[in-house]
Order: sequence, then C-alpha cells, then structure tokens
Amino acid sequence: MNSFTLTQATAADEAVRDNTSHDGAAYLGGGTNLVDLMKYNLERPSHLTSLGLLPLTDITTLPGGGLRLGALATNADTAWHPEVEARYPLLSQTILAGATPQLRNAATNGGNLNQRTRCYYFYDLATPCNKREPGSGCSALTGPNRVCGVLGTSESCIATQPSDMCVALAALEAVVRVQGPDGERTIKFDDYHRLPGDHPEKDNTLNPGELVVSIDLPAEGYADHFTYLKLRDRSSYAFALVSVAVGLKMNGNTIEKARFALGGVAHKPWRDQEAEKMLEGQTASPDLFRQVAAKVFAEAKGYGEGSLHNSFKIELGKRAIVRALKQATEMSQVVNPNVFLNSNP
Amino acid sequence: MSQTIATPPTVRLDSDVIGKPINRTDGPAKVSGAAKYAAEFGVTGPLWYGYIVNSPVAKGKITKIHADEVLAIQGVHKVFSHENVPSFAWFDRAYKDDVAPGGSPFRPLHEPEIMFSQQPVVLVVAETFELARYAASVLRIEYDVEEHNTDLNSVIGEAFDAPRGKTGFVPPPKPKGDMNKAFAEAPHKVAGEYIHRAQHHNPMEMFATTVDWLGDGKKMKIYDKTQGAPNVQQYLAKIFGLSTDEARVISKFTGGGFGSGLRPQYQVFLAVMAALELEHSIRVVMTRSQMFSFGHRPHTLQKLRIATDEQGHIQALEHKALAETSHFENATETVVNWSGILYNSPNTNFDYQLSKIDVFTPLDMRAPGAATGNFASESAIDEMAYKAGLDPLDFRLLNYTYTDPTENKPFTSKRLDDCLHEGAARFGWDQRNPEPRSMRDGNLLVGWGVASGCWDASMQKAAAKAVLSADGHLTVSSATNDQGAGTYVIMTQMAAQTLGLPMEQVTFNLGDTEMPAAPVQGGSWTANSVGAAVQNACQEVGKKLLKLAQKMDNSPLDGVDFEDAQFVDGHIRANEDITRSVAIEDILAASGESKIEAEGKAGPNPINMLKYSMHSHNAAFVEVKVDEDLGTIHVTRVVNAVAAGRILNPKTARSQVLGGTVWGLSMALMEETYLNNDLGRYMNHNYAEYHIPVNADIHKIDVIFVEEEDDIASPIGVKGVGEIGMLGVAAAIANAVYHATGKRVRELPLTSDKLL
Ligand SMILES: Cc1cc2nc3c(=O)[nH]c(=O)nc-3n(C[C@H](O)[C@H](O)[C@H](O)COP(=O)(O)OP(=O)(O)OC[C@H]3O[C@@H](n4cnc5c(N)ncnc54)[C@H](O)[C@@H]3O)c2cc1C
Ligand code: SF4
Repeated sequence: MNSFTLTQATAADEAVRDNTSHDGAAYLGGGTNLVDLMKYNLERPSHLTSLGLLPLTDITTLPGGGLRLGALATNADTAWHPEVEARYPLLSQTILAGATPQLRNAATNGGNLNQRTRCYYFYDLATPCNKREPGSGCSALTGPNRVCGVLGTSESCIATQPSDMCVALAALEAVVRVQGPDGERTIKFDDYHRLPGDHPEKDNTLNPGELVVSIDLPAEGYADHFTYLKLRDRSSYAFALVSVAVGLKMNGNTIEKARFALGGVAHKPWRDQEAEKMLEGQTASPDLFRQVAAKVFAEAKGYGEGSLHNSFKIELGKRAIVRALKQATEMSQVVNPNVFLNSNP
Repeated sequence: MSQTIATPPTVRLDSDVIGKPINRTDGPAKVSGAAKYAAEFGVTGPLWYGYIVNSPVAKGKITKIHADEVLAIQGVHKVFSHENVPSFAWFDRAYKDDVAPGGSPFRPLHEPEIMFSQQPVVLVVAETFELARYAASVLRIEYDVEEHNTDLNSVIGEAFDAPRGKTGFVPPPKPKGDMNKAFAEAPHKVAGEYIHRAQHHNPMEMFATTVDWLGDGKKMKIYDKTQGAPNVQQYLAKIFGLSTDEARVISKFTGGGFGSGLRPQYQVFLAVMAALELEHSIRVVMTRSQMFSFGHRPHTLQKLRIATDEQGHIQALEHKALAETSHFENATETVVNWSGILYNSPNTNFDYQLSKIDVFTPLDMRAPGAATGNFASESAIDEMAYKAGLDPLDFRLLNYTYTDPTENKPFTSKRLDDCLHEGAARFGWDQRNPEPRSMRDGNLLVGWGVASGCWDASMQKAAAKAVLSADGHLTVSSATNDQGAGTYVIMTQMAAQTLGLPMEQVTFNLGDTEMPAAPVQGGSWTANSVGAAVQNACQEVGKKLLKLAQKMDNSPLDGVDFEDAQFVDGHIRANEDITRSVAIEDILAASGESKIEAEGKAGPNPINMLKYSMHSHNAAFVEVKVDEDLGTIHVTRVVNAVAAGRILNPKTARSQVLGGTVWGLSMALMEETYLNNDLGRYMNHNYAEYHIPVNADIHKIDVIFVEEEDDIASPIGVKGVGEIGMLGVAAAIANAVYHATGKRVRELPLTSDKLL
C-alpha cells in the first residue's frame, strides 16, 4: 500500500473541490472495495477524499413519487428501508443477495456502483490485464474465465461488473445524479456503466472528479411482480455467475410492462430493450420466455469450454431468464433456489 | 455379523471421563481471544517484519534484483535473496523434513532459478509490516523467462511409476488373476474416467512465524504455525546447524492445517534465516494468496473398470491413477489401494503413476489419496450396482469382505456392515425408489446416494511426560499439536481417566519442542499415538504412587500389584476389595515428595502390523435436491456412520466428522484451484473465488458412531477420526446426483454447468 493523504469532506462541493485539487485522488465511501484494492497494490491513490461525513445518507421521496437514495446511505440501510422494502422489493432482494451483512453495513450506494471487476487477472499484478494495465493484454481470453462475461465483450476485455444492486437499478431504470467541478448532471443507469471496447480501464462514464450524490428511482417499483434470481457457486458470499432482475406489470396473465437486466454476463448490468418489448402486451408463457431468452443471448460469445471457461453461461443465462420471468409472473417463490436455501435451517 | 478380534481394553469402560462429551479445555481461550497463534506472540525487544515476494513467472531465472532502490527507504533493513542468502546447508537432505517425499526439497532463496509460479524469491525486512509490504511492492526484479508446462494432460505420456519413500505411502497392491479376461467375459461391467484438479488446503490461519531473538547466542523462541513443532525444529536444526536448545519451536494453537502444516513452510525458513543474519526478532506472515504458493491436493486422473457375475459378485476390479508432481519431488499418495481393501475381487489390477509439471510439490490434504481414490471407486461401485440390477446398499453388503484382500489379512475390527445398516436405518433408505429421476420435491429432483469409506488406523512413535505435584495437580505434556481436532481435551481426559483424577485437576500442554517428542498431527494418528503415550506416562506415575502408598504405615494397599489396583475418584483401590483404598492426596502428603513425574512412550506394534490390517470405516448417506433447469445441487441431508474404534470424546469426535463431511461436500461441489496453463499460475488465490461452503450450504448432518472394541489397532482402542468422516461423502453426493437426474458426473467439483 502506498502512503496517501486523506481529507474528511463535509459537503459535496467541498468533496469535489478537494478531489479535483489533488493529483491521483480517489473518493472513499465505505472502503470495502477501494481499501482492498489498495492493499493489493492495484489502486494507488495518493489522496483520498473521505465521504463519510457528507450529508448524503438520506432516503427521501421525490415529487413525482420516485425515491432518492443518498449516495452515502449504506447498502444495508437501503435494503431495509421501509419505502424500499414496500415499493422496490426487487432492489432490497438484490442488495441482500450480495456480500455479507458486515460488508453491506459498511458499503455505500455510491461505492457499490463503482466497485471494480472480480476478474482473477485484474486482481493479480503478475498477470497481463488491459483493465489494470492498458495495453498489457487480456489473460482471461484464453485462461480460466468462469467469472467473465459473454455479452458485449471485446477482445481487450471480457470482465463483468460484479454488483447485484446495479442489476436491479438497471431494471428499475434508475438515474444517477452526479456532481462535478462544472456542477450537477444526471446519467441514465443504462449509460452509467460502459462496455469495455478498446478502453476497458474505464468502467463507467463518470468524468474526472465527478461524485455520485444520489440514485433516483422512478415511481414504478414493480412491487407486485418481481424477482431476483442469482446463480452462484455457493449459496451465499459469492458473486453471481448469472443473475436476473425482473420487474413486471401484469394484467391477469398479460404482461403490460417488462423490465429486466442480467448480472454476471457483461461489463455492465445487461439490458435488452428489444427483448423487453417482446414481452409487453403478450401472454406470459414458457415459450415466450424462451424466445426472449434466445434473443438476449443471440449474439453472445463464450470464451472456451468446460467449467473453468465461460461458454456455459450462455445456456445458463437463457435458463435463468426463463426461470426468472416465470417467478416474476407467478410470484411463486418455491422455484427460487435462493429462497429454498434461506428457508432451510 | 461383524467380526471383531479384540482383547479386553486396558482403558476401563466404566470410566467417568473417557467416552463422555466433554467440552474442549481450550475452548474458553479460543473464544475469548486468549489463545495465541504464531503471529500474535510478543517478543523481547523490538520486532521487525519480513514480507515475502513471490515470482510472477512459472519458469526462468532471476537476472537482477534492484535491492538498492528499496534499501534506500528509511526503515528497510534488508533484502534477502539468492544473491546474499548465507550458505547454511549445502546438502539437500538437510532440507528433508519428517514427512518429505522423495526427491530434492525446495530450498527457499537458494538459487536464481524459478521452478514454479509464486516461488518465494525475496524477503524484505523492515521496521513495520506496512513498510516491508510497501518496499516489497516497489522492488523491481528482472527475470529471464523460460517456457513452462503446467498441463498434466500434456505429460500423460511421460508418466512413471510412483516411487516409494514417503511416510504413509503404500504402493499399489499386486495384481491378481487375469483382469482383462475376467472383465471381457463378465456379464455386467462398467468403465469410467474420473477427474479432479488441484485443491488447496486453505486453513483460516495464514502461515506465520514469529522469531523471538533472545540475545543469548543463537537462542530463539520460534513461534510457528505448524502441525508439528518437532518436525519444524529438526528441519531448522539441520539447515542452520542449530542445537535443539537454540531452536525452540512453539506452536500452542494452530488455526487449521488439514495437511498444509505437515511440512515446514518457507516462511519459517525465511524468518529464522533473517533472525540469525540480523540477530533480531522477526515476524513473517503469509498473505492469503501466498497460501496458494505451496502444496496442494494434486490434480489426478483416474480410470476404473469393474465387472460382476450374474448375481452381482465382483469378478474384476481395476483402479488406475495418474497424479501431478513437481519437477523436484515425487509427492505420493495412496490413491488406488482403497477400492481393493473394501471389495474382494479374484481379478484385480492397480496402477499409480506420476507426471511432472512446473508447480510446487503436492502436499497431503485431509484424507490424502483416499479422498481422491474413494470418490472414483465408490462412484464406479454405484454404477456397477445399477448395471447389476442391485440396490447400491445391497451391492456393498453382497460384496462385503471380512479380510483385507490386498494383504490377505484379517482386520483388527471392521464394523462397516453395521455402519451401512445403522446409517441406512437412520436415513430411511428403505423408502428409496431405486429408479433414477423417480423422486421429487416440488419442481426439484431428489436423489439419495450412499458410499463407503476406509482409512488407515495407524500409530506413530510418541512420547509424553506426566508430573503430579504435591498439591495433587497433574500436568501432562507432549510436543504434539492441536489444529482444532480436540487434542487438548482428549489428552486431558486420558490423563484424568488413567489416574482417576477429576478433569479440573489435570492440565495438558502441547506444542513446544521442550516437551517429549510427538509426530506431526496428521494421518488420524494423534489420538491413538499420543493418547497411548499419555496413558503410559500416567501409568508410570501411578506405579510410583502405588509404591509410595505401600510405604505408608499400615498401608491398606500392601501387597497389591499395579495390575490389581484401580485409580478412581482420587484414590488408589484394590480391585478385589475397593474398601482397601488410599487417597492420592494422602499419599503425596505422606511421601514428602514435591512432585512425582514419569515419561511414557507409545508406538506401532510391528507384530500386529504384520498379522492384521488396521482400518477405520464409514458409510455416508446423502440426500440432494437438484434444480435441473439451473443445475443447482443442494445437499439437504447427510447421515455419516463411522466405525473408528473407541470414541474418546463423542463431542469432539462428532465435530471432526462434521468437519470431514463438510470437506467431502466441499470437494464434491465447490473446491478447485483454477490453473492458467498459459501463465503456469493458480488464479483464484483468495477466499472470494476459491469456494468452500458457507453456512447456507450446510443442512442436516447426522453422525453415528458404531463403536468397536479393538485393542490390536492401538493399546487404547482408538483408531482416529480426523480423516474418515470426509470419505464416502463426495461419492455419495455424486451417486445421489445420478439418482436424482440420471446423469453420471465423473469430474469434480459438481458445479452447475456440469448438469446443464
Ligand atoms: C468479500 C466481498 C464480497 C462481496 N460480495 C458481493 C456480492 O456478492 N455482490 C455485490 O454486489 N457486491 C459484493 N461485494 C462488493 C461490495 O458490494 C462493494 O465492495 C461495496 O458495495 C462498495 O461500496 P463502498 O462504499 O465500500 O465503496 P468503496 O470501496 O469506498 O469505493 C469503491 C469505488 O467507488 C468509488 N466511490 C465511492 N463512493 C463514491 C461516490 N459517492 N461517488 C463516486 N465514486 C465513489 C471509490 O472511489 C472506489 O473507486 C463484496 C465485497 C467483498 C469485499
Ligand atoms: S477480462 Fe478485463 S479485467 Fe480480466 S484480464 Fe481481461 S482485461 Fe483484465
């Protein structure tokens, strides 16, 4: 770990000023990801702007009926917030499917958005990795890449964005409010994370010095028909191999509105708006779900066979979509493997 | 039903403490934080920290180390590497520890050559841990990279028969009959190939050494994370030319080992070297990823062929294995023998080979070899049962053997049949519909599977010392280890029982080379080896006590032989007439002695070893629920029935079997170290990506002990439970998955993708 200086900012604009006035500065939220990466010597900020004292911990109702999640509210406080539980249960479920209670108590919403990939090579300084060291190559293309993605990948990087929470935020069409040296702006969630392309070192579309101040949820929370299906290598405390967050508006057996996103398969929470449209106005049926799943993965690319390589995610991802849509339409939890586990002592 | 050959046990069964579920005596210290582990000991004077730098490449040569750049940093004291490492020991054999396999042991920082990825190449010593780590992170090292090969599949053609030489390794049994002919002619047959790749031990506690430099010549107190302080001491003594007085090794608590601490790890070498060179106290702690830089359960490829006659009697059994080893040592495990011990077949063939790749030498990991072989053979046995049209439980009973077919010797005891019966009854096996895919719970497929297991009941040489002080407190010590197995409490029980003292009046100490020598804790041999030594030491004290009692005026024990006396409730009594009794405290008071002490020893009985086969057994029954669409497998129920001689403490023994069961589940469903052959490097070297079960993965586990009276396997009737609980479990899970889905998966771990 390098030595660094630290400032405790007390207001957003002060934080931005502090951050932009130091070279190699980073924002420090809960530190559950950044400090780890500093210990691994992967991130070497020379200055930290600590956000712990910013008054951005509230969760408040917005005029249009939406909900504003403060960037510094913890993941735990967000998941257990009565408004979130009642109106955005999908968001609660995704947050609670991630990490552990201790981590969620420390992790902030802003930090969750910006957590970095769990690609093995990114974490190991001895190996080539374009995201960590642009131009060094991508070890995952041919090596074990079970954690890596199959959608929207590029030859320079096939990493995934590892957050669970972000998968729900994509499905919920959240908006990220950021404050930078030139003032405030909003970013649609779909535009917040980016695909790797030729610049995998950039995870998102934040400009230098920009601070996430809140995540705004639209009024629609799909509280009647939703599910988060997370498939992983053990029942808890593991990142998703494939996950699906679904929110539906149903009228009888007819799907009026459909939003869904996938985790574990791409450099960003993966949404396919054409696939969502295929569902809308249609009667829910396994056939329809299979067609939708096929559409989502139509252009997927696997990187090698066997359990160490990720081609299996294409088939697993399709099945996960079919299952998640079924769960959300029926709201029958028996078929949810996560619930199955949690209800067994 | 079962055949037992046993003489009456020397430990009385009417005991107060033996066989009772007594809490760990070390429990309070562990949960309160008072228990100190190797990296937690304070030292006299200031402490410096060493940080290890590992090679990023798998093969090549160091060409330059820019040590001067980091030595310029204030507080950095030394950069140790092959360039400046003192030449302590020239000969390979000095680096051989008690359990080293054949070959040439790895000598840290000995030469610029790189033989495996993550090879330790430098130790940076600085005044604080943070500084040492920082200096290590900026140290530039240049390498000439050579081509490596870590792919076992590419060197199958270079396989050679595994050489002898390693403690505990039993070469494959000799073939019998005509395997090929019997197999060709048999009406029912199966053949299959089984695979698992490397697995790492991953104990919670990282390898660590704190050297307390005492400032008195070369005298050091070396606090080390190990499964055997004496093994570390002799290793250090030979390499650095130290006396046992100079290199005192202490290991009071070990935060899990599972085999990783059988051999001295490189951090202890580095710490002691640095302490000697700098004449300073030093601490070296590995990181989690460095925990993947040494031994592991080897990637092993297995082939099995089994055939039966019309009725299902096994006629042909062939088990072959090929495992990886390093280029410098031949790590051997007993892999293929176990199927031959469990089942009698007139025609057999066994084969075990090694091939070399550019990795560190594999290292025994819980139930080494057996866990590997058992998964394959018990999967094949299940498949065979189906082919022969028999229930897998009935098939095992039909092919049950009372003698060990590989050595044509009787077992000292073998109640595997009772394990199978009792386990089946507890599990409800009779409710099983044998048809694959026939059982369901909602949309989940349900599968029930069974498998047997077998492990060595072996003894090693061990010694202990017992000291009874004038206040009546008994202190017993042995340089053994407790990696969580419960050694502290069972040895306390053993001592309390032998001298008839209450548990509170007995203290057992371990993990210090100033104590009588004991073997490394492994192989499930601690309870019987050290237990017998403790008993022996206490009996010697008992004999002295009896003599002193007989010197008392009008001694009621006059003329009573030791064999005819009993030690109960703090008294020595005559067996024939228990009213002839003297309180031990009275004996001590009358004797005027300040303490009474004696040493005890135990070891294997070579005659019995020639005459008998000594094994523990188990039967694991498993229920899985499979979500077929998603490939998820949950083990919802396990019954593990174990026959392992006498159970000294059903509570700690149960914990061992629970832990073993979880290991079996872990091996079956999750564990695998991902080797990137392009880089020659293990990649998931952390707890986030090397998956082991969490609480939510573990459901009901029921442990049954089928007790055996067996005085031949060990003088105290104990066979050990450290490994046996793990056996059977992985195969039973794979068999249950077959029963649930109709799919045979022969590659571990059974991750969801394999069922899609
Ligand atoms: C062992 C482990 C297991 C985990 N398992 C899961 C899991 O299963 N699912 C899952 O989703 N997550 C998981 N996580 C990740 C966890 O959710 C994240 O570490 C956490 O959300 C990060 O939040 P933080 O506040 O601690 O961020 P920090 O570590 O403080 O920051 C992370 C990044 O965000 C930046 N940042 C922080 N706040 C802001 C802001 N307001 N504006 C702009 N930039 C900001 C920082 O500069 C840094 O780059 C796991 C983490 C660990 C350590
Ligand atoms: S996938 Fe991306 S993060 Fe992983 S090695 Fe390649 S470039 Fe690095």
